[in-house]
Amino acid sequence: MAAPREDASFARQLERLEEIVRRLEGQELDLDDALKLFEEGVERLRQARDRLTAAEAKVKQVLTDQAGNLKVEDFDG
Amino acid sequence: MGAGLDLFAAVAPEGAWTVGEVTRRARAVLEAGLAPLWVRGEISGFKAWQSGHWYFTLRDKTAQIRCVMFQKDNRRLPAAPQDGMQVFVFARPTVWEEKGEFRLTVLDLLSTEAGGLWQLAFEKAKAALAKDGLLDPARKRPLPPYPRRIAVVTSPDGAALRDIIAVMTRRWPVAELLVIPTRVQGEGAEQEICAALALACRLDGLDLAIIGRGGGSREDLWTFNHERVARAVAALPVPVVSAVGHETDVTLCDLVADLRAPTPSAAAEAATPDRSDVATELAHLGARLARGLAARSGRIAERLDRTLDRLATAIERRLERGRHALGAAGGRLDALSPLKILERGYALARDAEGRVLKRVAQLTPGLAFRLRVTDGEVAARVGKP
Repeated sequence: MAAPREDASFARQLERLEEIVRRLEGQELDLDDALKLFEEGVERLRQARDRLTAAEAKVKQVLTDQAGNLKVEDFDG
Repeated sequence: MGAGLDLFAAVAPEGAWTVGEVTRRARAVLEAGLAPLWVRGEISGFKAWQSGHWYFTLRDKTAQIRCVMFQKDNRRLPAAPQDGMQVFVFARPTVWEEKGEFRLTVLDLLSTEAGGLWQLAFEKAKAALAKDGLLDPARKRPLPPYPRRIAVVTSPDGAALRDIIAVMTRRWPVAELLVIPTRVQGEGAEQEICAALALACRLDGLDLAIIGRGGGSREDLWTFNHERVARAVAALPVPVVSAVGHETDVTLCDLVADLRAPTPSAAAEAATPDRSDVATELAHLGARLARGLAARSGRIAERLDRTLDRLATAIERRLERGRHALGAAGGRLDALSPLKILERGYALARDAEGRVLKRVAQLTPGLAFRLRVTDGEVAARVGKP
């Protein structure tokens, strides 16, 4: 049930990507750092794209059992 | 006793009625003669009892009637009327036998004032919410840009849910939709909605909630005007998008929510980014990334070239300077050489031990010594004075 807050991480992923691009476009980097940033950017891009494309819409429904515990089941509306 | 009976027989020969009999008879005559009807008047002395029944007097300038409205009839109304209010009641005239009282059993009640009881109930609840700061625009939270888990509080078989699922599937299948089913209208629906919202509060990792229903009559939408429902919406720990049916009627639930959408589909659109837009943005970032690196390495190569050039020039210059200095030093060295001096015609006198003879005192008469001139050495002797 405990899912990480992936929204935040997706947003953070994009923010970090923006930052990487801005730094690469800026002036003060040596080649080594530029390459490292580039590699990180490519990896983050790949992860973000995977998350976008691999997603299959999931619809579930939340119910409670008699003891009041949460139950999450597939929804077939 | 006998005299009393005689008197009675004289006054009412056909026999006397009991109070109960005459009251029942009056009631029967009245109910048979007056079918349920609409009556218009002003409310006064309104009182709601613990039992839920309402008692009040309806009056105009010339008369007044006691009225009762039982709980089973008044619970459909959004609010209780207030004293002084002009109303229409649909009522059955009757006699309340226990009190021998003529009265109206009210089955329905409409306020003649603008918006009527609905408006009254709405304004009262709204004022209570405003008093607690729940309508403050500063409370409104921004929606998360890329929601991952979205709770939907609505009827499980309404068009609203179908619309929301369709929009989500098209735009942002990245998110997981958690449907929390509830009735959205009718008796007790507000308790169910509050329970569903409480359930939403317990979900882990929730980013956003949507609450809503499709269009309906004012009475159908009324559930979303309950103060309890509005407070439950305000209590959600995540931003809420509200979409309750109508463009025109704004419900309290809409006012409390972080964003109001005109329809459930619009709520789903507002709650999610479009996947293809995000993909485009990613592609754009990728291109900038590649260009950034290319430009960066281009600049580095350029700088390297420039540095090498400068280095070569510097070395060249340094070498040049070195050569120069070497030449000058060679010249100076040359000039200082004693051979150079001998060349100019000087001679060097040294004794047998090689000591240079610089003074007259050293050159005693008859001393043999050696004389160095520019092209060699000769033996010499000091002559007699």
